[in-house]
Parts: sequence; structure tokens; C-alpha cells
Amino acid sequence: MLAKRIIPCLDVDNGRVVKGIRFVSLTDAGDPVAQAKRYDQEGADELTFLDITASSDRRDIVAGLVRRVADEVFIPFTVGGGLRSVEDIRAILRAGADKITLNTAAVEDPELIKACAETFGSQCVVVAIDARRLDQGWEVYTHGGRRPANLDAIDWSMRAEQLGAGEILLTSMDCDGTRNGYDIELTRAVSDAVRIPVIASGGAGKVEHFYDALTAGGANAVLAASLFHFGELSIGDVKSYLRSRGLEVR
Amino acid sequence: MNVAIIDYGVGNLRSVEKAFAATGCKAIVSSDDRVLREAERLVLPGVGAFRACMQGLQERGFDRLVRERASEGTPLLGVCVGMQLLFDESEEFGSTRGLGLLRGSVRRFRNDLVVPHIGWNRIHQTRAHELFEGVEEGAFCYFVHSFYCEPSDSRVVVGETEYGVSYASVVAEGNVCGVQFHPEKSQEVGLRMLKNFSTRRRNGAT
Repeated sequence: MLAKRIIPCLDVDNGRVVKGIRFVSLTDAGDPVAQAKRYDQEGADELTFLDITASSDRRDIVAGLVRRVADEVFIPFTVGGGLRSVEDIRAILRAGADKITLNTAAVEDPELIKACAETFGSQCVVVAIDARRLDQGWEVYTHGGRRPANLDAIDWSMRAEQLGAGEILLTSMDCDGTRNGYDIELTRAVSDAVRIPVIASGGAGKVEHFYDALTAGGANAVLAASLFHFGELSIGDVKSYLRSRGLEVR
Repeated sequence: MNVAIIDYGVGNLRSVEKAFAATGCKAIVSSDDRVLREAERLVLPGVGAFRACMQGLQERGFDRLVRERASEGTPLLGVCVGMQLLFDESEEFGSTRGLGLLRGSVRRFRNDLVVPHIGWNRIHQTRAHELFEGVEEGAFCYFVHSFYCEPSDSRVVVGETEYGVSYASVVAEGNVCGVQFHPEKSQEVGLRMLKNFSTRRRNGAT
């Protein structure tokens, strides 16, 4: 049976990890390769790097990071943040990333999803959706959650699937950072609307939250950043709990 | 040189090359006809659409090259769509012909399943094979695909995986073998299988 995936997210700036686990054994916690190796040992099923570099040569910086990780870590990893064109994406995939995420650029130009799917295959195109609850439904936000896109999150996820997205990375802006659990209703609504895998994100605070997102929420994978970052839970803790509740994990 | 990874313009082959290197085997990515003809072993990668991959091979004359080298007994490993290309045809976009080195076809997963099949799933070893040396029964490997191989002859199936259907995830017939998962992304298990391939005997009798 297909195992449920646990995906830690690492923020990187200028080729350095700025938010990742504070592994005591790491002499350089900012080294993406060292971080990736440790997560791999901990049992992470994939890794996601969210790039926040704000420099003009960011593409080269990110490609360099990707190359170093790909050369030494043999689990899949995804790179997102600021990718705007097929050429940006080609550089990242060439360097060795398995998947890329599109967020703002896809909302501004949905055809970019299609172009990427046709050029590189749907399997490497993850559409990231940041959604905020309204009285009715959820609205999509872009620019790191700063700007409402005037799009319904459910409609947008279906559109992304039609355009060729291979996965949806769904972040609840209401839950993100609260540690009160994933937005189960949102996750369920999107999981029911599409036939591609959904990765739930935002709100994980304890092991039960992962279980809820994967069962009641219908997600195929769960992503967490700060929870792992502060070392309150290890990936092993999450996996043993999920296993004890009868879910298949690696 | 030991292993040549066939570069025909699709996908990222760097990870495959580095994964072989991590097992202590020198592998090179090449689109040079001479290199590919002299390599002791060939890896046929593939990502994305079956038809685009097949066209990429044909444009470079590598379809013929792969068939010739396979018929000479050169150990050949198809990875992901590269495994699918070994078969007669795929039902992607109606029907597209493959290399025809193995009898059978490539089908899409059922509509009620979440597709692509993405993530770690188990390999059940249906019979002993060199590729599995040192690999536990039911070991997890990393998959990303929407289509799966359906061999006409069940004897070529050496490993199966469950996803709505029990399908062939590892196949082998003589020197020709294929894996549906990505060994270069399957950590220790995947690296072990690449190592097993790189030390396979020529003519690969099992």
C-alpha cells in the first residue's frame, strides 16, 4: 500500500537554511546538505525547500543549492519560491530538483502550469495554494499571503489539475503557525474536488493533527515546518503514532 | 566505463548518475552514439509522456541502438517511463508503440484512484532475482507515475506493487530489466538495486 508521506519544509535564503531543525549534532545548521541528510536519516519521505532569496542572481544561487543537495541525498525534493518562468524551472530541475512549486506566478498566468506540465511532465509540477477562510469557502492569496487573488480555493485547485498540476500543496493561512491543527474542512474540500494528491500544510502542533489531515482531511501527504524546526516532534514520533493508528508509513 | 545512462533530451539524469557514483560505480550520462555502443551496461531513463520519450529516442536513432545492444546481451535497465518503453505499446494518447523488447502494454491507473501514484510503496518480490540481492521483501521505494506495465507473460514479473491493482513494478527477462520506481530517489534500497544492476553478469541469467 502507498505510504502516507511526511514532508518537512526548510526555508532557505541565499543558499543557506534559515529555518530547519536545530539538530544538536550539526556543526553547521545552515548547510542545506547537512540538514537534508539529517532529515533523510530521521525518515523524511521528501523534502521541500522554500526559497526566500531576494537577490538578482537568485536563480544561480538556488540552482547551486539544488545541485549540492541532489548530489548527496537520495530522496525526492521539491523547490519553491519565486519561480516565474519555464526557464527558471528548467534551471532548477536540471540542477537535480524532482519537483517545483508554483504559487503567485501560476495565479498570474495559469498557462504557466500547462507549459511546465507539457515541457517537464505533470509529475514535477506542484501548485501551491495559500487559502484563507471566508464566510463561505476559502479565498486564494498570493505574494506570500499578502494579496487576495479573488479566486475560490476549490475552483482554483480544480483548474490547476485541469492545466496539468501533478499535486496540490494546500496551506491554510488561518491555521498556519497556530499549532491547533490543519484546516480539515479545507483539506477535505480540496481532496474531494481533485483526483491528484493533496499535501496538507499549516497548523500541525501534535501527532493527532497529522492523523486527522490524512484521514478526515483526505490528504495524501502532510507538510510541517516550524514544528520540526523547534524539535518538539521528530518525524519518527509522527510516524510511530500514525503506524499505531493503522496508517501505512515507511 | 561501466554504465552509460542514455541522454535523449528528457528529464534530469544527474541524480541517476550520482546515485550510481554513491554505490561506487562509475556511470556517465551520454548522448554519444559511440559511448552508448561501447558501454558495458545501459540505463534507459524516462520521465513525463511515453510518446515524447519514444520520439526523443527515435530522433537520435537510439531506439535502434537500444534494441541492438539488448539483442547482443548487454544488461539494460529501464527506469520509470524507461521501463514502460521496453514494452510493445502504451495506451497513453490512444496508442503509442514502444521498443517491443518485452511483450505487453502500458495502461493508465483506474479513474477512481488518486493519480499520479506518488510516494513510497512496497515492492513484493514475486521471485528471486539478482536485482533483489540484499533487498528485503516488501521494501519501500519511491514512485511517481500515472501508467503501469502489464506484461503479457507473467514470467517476466519479478516484483509487484499494490495500487488499486497489483501491478508489475520490477520486470526482468534475460539481460533486459526495468523498475517502475526511481531507484535514485529510493535511498538505501534503491542504491542497492543500482549496485546489483551494475554488477550483473552479462547475459544476465537469473
